[in-house]
This record gives sequence, structure tokens and C-alpha cells, in this order.
Amino acid sequence: MSILKLFKKLTRTEYIYIVISIAFICAMVGLDLKLPDYMSSITTLVETEGSEMNEILIEGAKMIACALGALICSVCVAIFSSRIASNFGARIREDMFDKVQGFSLEEVNKFSTSSLIIRSTNDVTQVQNLIVMGLQMFIRAPIMAVWAILKIVNKSWQWSAATCVAVIVLLTVVGICVMFAVPRFRKIQYLTDNVNRVARENLTGLSVVRAYNAEEYQEDKFEVANEELKHNNLVGNGVMALMQPSMQLIQNGLTLSIYWIGAYLISNALISDKISLFSDMVVFSSYAMQVVMSFMMLVAIFIMLPRALVAAQRINEVLDTQTKIFDGDIADSNTEETGEVEFRNVSFKYPDAQDYVLENISFTAHKGETIAFIGSTGSGKSTLINLVPRFYDVSEGEILVDGINIKDYTQKALRNKLGYVSQKSVLFKGTIKSNVDFGDNGKGQALESDIVEAIYTAKANEFVETDDVGYDGYVAQNGANFSGGQKQRLSIARAICRRPEIFIFDDSFSALDFKTDKDLRTALNDYCKDATKLIVAQRIGTIIDADKIVVLDEGKVVGIGTHEELLKNCDVYYEIALSQFSKEELENE
Amino acid sequence: MNRRMRQTNSGEKGNVGEFFRKLLAFAGGYRVLIVIAVVCAMGGSICTILGPDRLSDITNAITEGISPNTDNLEEVTTVMSDNMQSNMELLVDEISGNLDQQSLATKSSEILASTDISDEDKTEFQTVIASMSTITDQEELQEQLLNLPDSVLEILFDEVEVNGVTISSSDQVTALSLMSEMDSEDISTDALNDLPDSIKDALFTDIIVQDTTISGEDQLEMMTLLSEVDTDDSSALLEALDELPESIYSLVDSSIDMDKVMSFIVVLVVLYCSSFALSLAQHLIMNYVTQNITKKLRKSISHKINCLPMSYFNHTSTGDILSRITNDVDTVGQTLNQSIGTLVSAVTLFIGALVMMFSTNVIMSISGILATIIGFVLMMIIMSHSQKYFNEQQEDLGLLNGHVEEMYTGHLVVKAYNDEEKSKKQFDEYNQGLRNSAFRAQCLSGLMMPIMTFIGNFGYVVVCVVGAVLTMNDMTSFGTIVAFMIYIRLFTQPLSQMAQSMQSMQMAAAAGKRVFDFLEAEEMEDESYKTQSLGDIAGNVEFDHVNFGYDEGQTIIHDFSAKAKAGQKIAIVGPTGAGKTTMVNLLMRFYETNQGGIKIDGISTKDVKREEVHSQFSMVLQDTWLFEGTIRENLIYCAKNVSEETMINATKAVGLDHFIRTLPNGYDTVLNDNVNLSQGQKQQLTIARAMIANKPMLILDEATSSVDTRSEIIIQKAMDELMENRTSFIIAHRLSTIKNSDLILVMNHGDIVETGTHEELLAKNGFYAELYNSQFDVEEE
Repeated sequence: MSILKLFKKLTRTEYIYIVISIAFICAMVGLDLKLPDYMSSITTLVETEGSEMNEILIEGAKMIACALGALICSVCVAIFSSRIASNFGARIREDMFDKVQGFSLEEVNKFSTSSLIIRSTNDVTQVQNLIVMGLQMFIRAPIMAVWAILKIVNKSWQWSAATCVAVIVLLTVVGICVMFAVPRFRKIQYLTDNVNRVARENLTGLSVVRAYNAEEYQEDKFEVANEELKHNNLVGNGVMALMQPSMQLIQNGLTLSIYWIGAYLISNALISDKISLFSDMVVFSSYAMQVVMSFMMLVAIFIMLPRALVAAQRINEVLDTQTKIFDGDIADSNTEETGEVEFRNVSFKYPDAQDYVLENISFTAHKGETIAFIGSTGSGKSTLINLVPRFYDVSEGEILVDGINIKDYTQKALRNKLGYVSQKSVLFKGTIKSNVDFGDNGKGQALESDIVEAIYTAKANEFVETDDVGYDGYVAQNGANFSGGQKQRLSIARAICRRPEIFIFDDSFSALDFKTDKDLRTALNDYCKDATKLIVAQRIGTIIDADKIVVLDEGKVVGIGTHEELLKNCDVYYEIALSQFSKEELENE
Repeated sequence: MNRRMRQTNSGEKGNVGEFFRKLLAFAGGYRVLIVIAVVCAMGGSICTILGPDRLSDITNAITEGISPNTDNLEEVTTVMSDNMQSNMELLVDEISGNLDQQSLATKSSEILASTDISDEDKTEFQTVIASMSTITDQEELQEQLLNLPDSVLEILFDEVEVNGVTISSSDQVTALSLMSEMDSEDISTDALNDLPDSIKDALFTDIIVQDTTISGEDQLEMMTLLSEVDTDDSSALLEALDELPESIYSLVDSSIDMDKVMSFIVVLVVLYCSSFALSLAQHLIMNYVTQNITKKLRKSISHKINCLPMSYFNHTSTGDILSRITNDVDTVGQTLNQSIGTLVSAVTLFIGALVMMFSTNVIMSISGILATIIGFVLMMIIMSHSQKYFNEQQEDLGLLNGHVEEMYTGHLVVKAYNDEEKSKKQFDEYNQGLRNSAFRAQCLSGLMMPIMTFIGNFGYVVVCVVGAVLTMNDMTSFGTIVAFMIYIRLFTQPLSQMAQSMQSMQMAAAAGKRVFDFLEAEEMEDESYKTQSLGDIAGNVEFDHVNFGYDEGQTIIHDFSAKAKAGQKIAIVGPTGAGKTTMVNLLMRFYETNQGGIKIDGISTKDVKREEVHSQFSMVLQDTWLFEGTIRENLIYCAKNVSEETMINATKAVGLDHFIRTLPNGYDTVLNDNVNLSQGQKQQLTIARAMIANKPMLILDEATSSVDTRSEIIIQKAMDELMENRTSFIIAHRLSTIKNSDLILVMNHGDIVETGTHEELLAKNGFYAELYNSQFDVEEE
């Protein structure tokens, strides 16, 4: 069971807490089951003529004390179980977070980011809830059931049989509900997503929908999904509607049968047994109710258990995944050579994939050089550049940075040499400053002036240095309050602020217009003259002045050289260039 | 998105009354069903209130039959002792008949004449006779007589017959001697047992009590049994009763009035079954109503989306609207489905219990209610506290989830910048916060149930004690207490249900407010009165002194005028964020101009329906929009009567036909996450879609910017095909593609700064020229 595996994460203290909780649960159940005794003795006292007021008061006080005791026990159970659950939840979340932080791209892609987020948040909450409910119900219900059964088992078998029948009927009703309703609910989950999807479709394509006058088409489509959802809801919830009235009927029916049977038993009993039979009957009916209630609790648990089990399973999958990228020994990022990147016969393929994404790539980038990579989608240029920070490890061959194989560095030391700008700009909630001075480069906190220079170099000053932004301006999650171009410039500023030996730009200029693109590159070449720049680009204009352009096609290098050289001797490059410029324009160069 | 929505939900409290007013108005014909369901719920509750009374009737009927029939026992004893008394008298009379003066005289002569009697005995006899005159005390006389020798006595006492039993003289003597020792008032059983059998037989004759004949033997047995029992020990007494001989046992044994019990049981079965039926009916009806209303709500929202002006969506996110369709409607539905029924039954139960209580006993009602209210105040305090902690937990969860989401999404950047430690520190802080608030929230919510149970027990004890006091002062009866014990349960139970359903109604009201706010949002102008049609147009478009701004009082397009002749190519260029898309929005009438207008073939677009305008333009946007469905559905979309041939011609024109045929299901392949189309292929599909729609004019908004260079060549060719003979508006930042346009509109900072052809604009050496040259400039250094 997946959940048991997770329970290994409980500490010794928590196990002690669990034992204490169980003790309290036992005490609570004991006291709860004692209550009917007091009730019946109060009832008897009140019904017996000539009882002393004192006796009733004493019994009453005892019963209140008993109820109070049960209350205190429940409070203790609540405190302990909440403590265990919240600690356990926090620990699992932390383990998950640590684990995922250590993942390389390979593992992240295996799960997908959104799945990892759900696993770290919702799934953990599910398991946490199960523990609270589990301790308060899962442990309590069987104890309650067994104890209550023991209390009544030696009374008349007819009553036990009635209770048995009630439990069987209860289980049957629940069974029927589960059998018919659960598949519906599973389907409802899917159909809700469906309704959601169609509505999302309409919303994201709002302008297209209107341009095509497709409003009715979309509404009809929605209606189909909506109707199907309604139908399943109607059936699923309709079956479940049976649940509550049935439970009520079972409880009432059981009480009634116990009294009915009791009437016969008493009328046929010896005179001396009658009174004790009567009080047995009263007590039995309240214990029998406890038995039925315990079974209801168990049923509730069994209904919620599968979901939690799936959640636990999903958590375990993450926790059991070992990252395949290990640290080397070199922790010092100060090397003799700086800014040199060399690919030696590098090949790469995704695990379990047949074909190589990259094959036999070799080139060298020297200090201060700009190396550009160009090629059509799927040519492997992004993958190539992602090998340098070890987001993936090469399958064959080796990559050297400053003359040392990147696998020999610690990941931290390696990445301190790099300034990486991702394809999709990523900003974090915080301020402009916190986003530019992000992470740790092993050189201590960035100076205020470094941040300003980085912002200027990245040409972000034109929107940062306005009244409504400023360096302490708020950045929303995912940088939602900035445009694509602004986000891109901020993430470039972040890389510049790091003062790396090697820049890696993974198609990071795509959202900029030509003018900004050009200005930015000019500033970059000025300001970071000594840094090596690896640039993936789509636009010829961006890379036209690179020292070396590597042209990739289907994972292979089909040309290395400058713009002019490649125009002459590389067909693929010429083709790309032609798609962006007219013949005359190219010849004018 | 879910999380954020829930946060706002818990933050705002809806106005429940307002919500229900709107909901009922929306419910329309379902209102009748709701009323029926409410009636069912009330009926079910009334059955529930009546139930316990009948159950206590059963209990009473049983209790009545539990204790032994002491009246009968007493009657038996009385009849028996009366009978014995009279028999005794008879016996004594018979025996003493032997001793009267007359018979004594004959007897004495007989004794004296007897030869069997010794002289000694005779002398003794004479002494007694002589003293008889002097002894006045009857008892002493008897004693003396009885002390006479047996031989004398034998003659003295003749055999007598009493109640058909012959008693020998010796038996008479024994009896007399025993009886003399007996207290005539209290006949000890031991003494009775010592009596000679003949006497016993004479004393205990059959008696008849309530048509049951009790033999003398049985009577004797009973006397023996009961005499052995300590009368203070009631259980021993009961046990003794069990030993009674059959004839008496049948009289003493209590009997439960089974007919009465059965009649109550029948009533209860009917009550329980009708309660079940009513409650089930209520649930089913409410479910039916709920599902239909929620469906209607979703449908209305879906319809509303298409009636709102575009500007509405600028300040409302997709996620927000989606969460109204799913989460908020679900919340409303759940409340409708469960809370209304629960609330109605709870209120009925509550009022019913209250009425029953007050009509039975006011003092006990007040004390019972006070006891429960104390408990409830306690619970309310805890509940309001827990609400605070719940919100806190929700906030902490939001913070933590947000952080996780952010860090996972930015995984690469976090790693590349060695930010793991800092991010972990932040995580730890949030996690610690959540750990604490989750603990508090869970803890408090865990207390709710036990406290409710305690309140119930507390009220029970209070009612018992107060009831007992009243009983002792003869102010109430036992039955009242028994009834109250049940009423107090019925009274506390709905209180918590009411509290719960009120809470969920508040949540539903908040959700409902969001739903109705959306449904009530201001719609676009209703254009059904516009009857003018554009008809078959040539494609002349005129911008006539257009002024426009997204926000009021902020005009970004100032008095712009331009003309495009049919079939011309108009390009809109400018740097990022220059507002190029604004022109599309105005052309399509997604937004209305503030002043001036756009004319198509001389007809102002404001004078026709929006749909008319839309049907003039094919549109291809930068963000390709495809939906989950087959390729065919995506291509044809909402166009009517599209032949297979038209469709295939279009895909051939964009160069996609071959690719589609290689897919497993060809044109019927469903586009979803499993089908990997490249950005370029997606764009080719949307272009094909535009071709199939076949409208007279065309808008291309950065259609190739997210496509890689090699695909662009193919797409460009497809677009050229599409542009033929159509007035086309092209937005592009790759200027090479629009150089040959008939008119270029250059935009910057939202406004149109230059217009003209490529050559004209280059000659101007203005903004356009700078833009154009920047893409070729090689670094100067």
C-alpha cells in the first residue's frame, strides 16, 4: 500500500503521538459507551417512585463528568492528530520540494511541471486530510464497533441478529450507491473538465469565435457538454439521494425492531428477568446505534480512501525518482582559462528514445566570442544549448568549459560561470530588483550599481525608470504585469547582473522588435566584451554579426562559419536567409 | 486558479437573501418543484417529531407489563387467608363441640367407666373437671385438658368431619395444641406446616380467584415460598415469584398488552416509511431542480460570454470566468441540493420540538433550552475562531502553492542561477506558516463534533434533574421527563445543522454573487433593429476621422483617415507594443470608435450588425487557435455546406494535405495533447480555415511570427494565395514581407505616425526608415 510507504516518514515522536492518540481514542470510546448506562440508570431513577433527589443528582453529575471526560479525550485526539497531520504534511511537502529542486529537465519532463505542482500541493493535502480523518474516524470506528459489539454480544441473540441485518442492509445500500454512483462521479470529473475545456476554448479564441460568427456553434457545443454533465449529475446524485433517507430508515428500523423483539422477549420471560431485559433493551438499542454509526464511519473512510491512496501513490512516484545528474568534485569556479566552451563529438538522445536529437557535434567558443545557432524547429538547437548548464547530460562525447569536463564541476560551480536566459521568460513574484539580483553567483550580493547597469544594458530602463514602475516596482507571479518584450528584457538583465563568463541565450530576443534587439546586442557587446555568448536565434538579423554561426539541421551540424561564408556555402542557411530577406537585400549586404 | 478563487470566496460574504431572490427568479418553472420539495422536507421532519412519542408509548406499554401483578397477588393472599380463617373457625367449632357441657358430662362418665384407663389417669381427669368451674380462662382450661393423658383424650375427642375431611382425635389434639401456641392474628407458616395433614386439608380448600382455581397445596406452597423471602429484598421476592405454583403464577405474572404494542408499532412503521418516502422525494426533487438550474446557469454564462463587449475581457481573466462556470456554479448547486432541504427539515424539527416542549412543560423547556444555548454560545465562539484560522490556513496554502508553482515553472532558471537555497528558505518559511495554521484550523474543526455531543448530553442531564425536582414537588409526571429526553435531542440536533447550512449558504451566496454579477454585466448593444445589410461587397474600406482610446478620456488614435481600395494590401507596422492590434479591433468592430467611423463600400460599419461586419473578414492571428476536435471540425468550423473538395483544396493550397493524410485517421484525427503539430502546421491549419470561410476581406495579425523560418516560406505562399483578390490588412514586424503593400500604416505608442508606400516612407527618412534599416545594420564596432 502506497500510503504505508509514506508512513515511514513519520518520526518517532509522531509514532508516540499516534500511540497516545489511540489511548485517548480508547478512553473516549469507553466513556462514550458508558453514557448509555448512566442514561438508563437516570431513567430508572426518575421512573422509580421514591428515588432520592440526591441519587439523581449524583448520577447526573457522573454522566456529565463522563461526557466531559469524553469531550476532553476528543480534544486531545484532535490536538494530537492535527499535530501529526500538519507535521507530516509539512515534511512530505518539504521532501517533495527538495526532490523536485534536485531534478534535471529529464525528470521534470517525465512528470510535467503541472503534474509536479499538483503532486506537491493537492496530493499532499489529500494525504494530510486522510491522516486527520483517519485518526479521528478510521481508528475510532473499529474500536467503537468491537467494543459496542462486546457489550451487547451476550444479550439476546435475536437483538444481535437484528443488528446484524441492519449492518448488512447498510452495507448493501452503500454498496449499491458506490457501485452505481462512483463510476458516474468519475465520469462527472471528466465531463466537468470537458465543460471547462469548451468554455476555455470559447474564451481563449474569443476574437476568432466572433470573427467567424461562431457564437452559436460554440454555444451548441457547450450545450452538448453541459447536457451530458447534467445527465450524469442527475443519475449520480440521484443514486446518492437514496443514502441519507436510507440511513435514517435503517437506524429507525433497527430501534423499532429491537423494541418489537424486546416486547416479545419480555412478555415471555420470567418475572425476575423482565426488568433486567427491559434495561438491556434500552441499553442495547443505544449500543446497536453505535455499532451502526461505526459502520457508517468506516464506509465514509472507505469512500475517501481510494482518492488518498492515489495521491500517496503519486507522491511516492516523485519521491522514488532518482535524478540522473550527479555533482562532480570541482567546487571552485575560478579556473585559469575563462569563457571557453568546447563540444567534442557530442551526441544526445532522450532516454528511451530511438533517435538522436543531436549527433556528433563539435565546435569551440573562445573567450569573448559570439557563437550563434540557427536551424528550423526541431533541429536541436535549444537542446544543444541546454546541455551546457547540464539540464541534460550528454549521451556521448563531452563538453568542456574552461578546459574541464562539465561533469567534473559541482553543478553550482558550473552554473556560477553561466548566464542563462531561457526561451520562455520567467519572472518571479517580487520586485524588479529581486528579479534582476536573482539567485547566487558565488560572488556575493550584487551592488545597486550592478543592477542599474544590467537594466540599462538590457534596454529595460525605458520602462523600469518610469514613475509607475521603478526598481522596487512590483512584479506579479509569472511577471503577469509586464509585456512579453519587457519580460524578456528583464530576464536578460538578470543574466547580465550575474557577470558570467558565458552567456547562453535560448531564443531570447524573439519578442523584441528589430530596433530594440539591435540596441540591446550592441550594449551587450560593449558592456560584456569579455564574456562568451552562445545565442540560439530564429532571425538572421539577430546573428548576422556573430563570430561563428552553427547551422543545425535534424540534429547535425550542416555548416559553421560567418554570415557571409555560410550564404555562399551552406544551402540550409541560404534558404533560411531567403525566407527573411529578399534576394536584393541579401545581395546588398 | 481554483485556489485563488476559493480565497476570494472565503473572503467575501454574500448577501444570502439577495442571492436567493435572484436564484428563485432565475429558477423560473422550477419554483413549483422547490415548493414541493420544501413541503416534503417539512413532512419528513414532522414524521420525525411524531416518532419518538410513539416509541415512548411502546416503552410505556412494555414497562406496564414488566412488574408482577401485585394486585392479583394481594387478592390471592386475601382470598386465601379469608378462606383459611373461615375454615379455621369451622374446624375449631367442630372440635370444641366435643367439649361443651353436655358432651363433656357423657364423656366423663364414659371415661370413668372405662377399664382401659388407669386410675391415675382417671384421677387426673377428675381434677381437671373439678377445676373447670374455678378456671375462667378458656385458654388455661384448654391447656389443662390437652395435658390429659392420651387415653383420656382419645375418648374425649370424637372423630370429626370438616370440609369432608375426617380428623382423628389425636390430630385434633395436635391441632389444638399448635393453635393455642399460635397468635390468632398472624399464622406462621412453620406452624401451619406442622399441622397434621388432615387439618391442612381441612384448612386449605380450593379457592377461586379471577376464574382460576387454586388448590390448597398450591396455597400452602405459596405461603411457604413467600414466608422464606426477606420482604425488603425486591429481587429475591421476584425470584421467589418465579417459583410459584402454576395456578398462582399465571395470576401474578404480568403481561404486556401486545395488541397495544402492535398498534404502536404499526403507527411507527407507517411514520418511518412515510418519513423515508418524503425525505427521498425531497432529495430526488431537489437533485432534479439543482441539476437543471446549474445547467441553466452554465448555459447562461456560456451564452453571456458571447454577448459581452471585448473590453470586459480586458479586466477579467479567462481563469476567473472559468471558475464561475465550474467552481461557483458547483458551489451554488451543492447548496441548492443539500442545504435547502437540510435547513427546512432542521427548522421544522426545531420549531416542532419547541412547540412540543412548551406545550408539555414550560419550566423544563426553559431550562433545557438554556442548557443548550450555553453550549451553543461556546460553539459559536469556537466556530468564529476557527473561521479565522481557516482563512489563515487558506492564505498560507495559497502562498505555499503559489511559491511551489512559481519555482517549478521557473525550475530551469532557479537551477541556472543557483537560487535553490534561497527558494528553499522561502519555502520553509511558508511551509512552517502552513504547518501552524493547518494545525490550528484542523484542531478546531475536530472539536465541533465532540462539543455537539457534549451539548446533547448536558441538556439531557439538565432535563432529567429539573424534571426530577418537579416530579418530587408533584408539578409534573414521569412521562413528561421521558418525552423531554427525546425532545431535547430533537432540539439540539437541528441547531448544528442550521448553523452548518447557514454557513454553506453564505458561501453559496458569495459564489452566486459572482455568477449573477457576470450574468448581469452590461452587454453589447442589441442590434436586432439594424436591418441594413452589406451584401456582396467590393472591398473598399475607408477610415473616416477615427478617434479611439481603450480607456475613457485617453485617446490613442487621433483623427485618422485613410482609404483602401478593393483588392489592395494594407500593412500595419510598428515596434512591439505600438498598438497594431488596435486597428484589427476597430476593423472587426470588437471595439467601437469614439468618433468617426469605418466604412465598407461606403456603408458605416455602425449601421449594420456586428455579424455583418465579421462575415466580411477572414482573420489569421499570431496565436493559432485550434480546439480539441477532429482536423475536419477545426477546418470547417462553423462554415455551412462545405464540400470535401473545398476543404481538400484549401489544405492543398497551404501545403498540409499530404501531412494530414499521413496521420492515423487522416482528416478525422482528433487534435489533442497526443497529436504534436508544430507551430507552423497549426498556423497552416488556421489559414486553411480562413480560406474555407471564404470571406471578401482578410486580416493577418503577425501570422508568421511564431513560426520557424523554414515553415514560414510555405505559410507565406499559402497567405499570398489567400490574399489574391482580397482587400487585406497585414500586421507584421518583418518588414520585408510588406514592402510591396499598397499602403503602410506606421504605428508607435498607440497612434498612427506615418502612412504611405514603402518608397514614400523611406524617402521621408522618418520612423519607418529607422525601423527598416535597423534589421540590416551590422554592428558598427
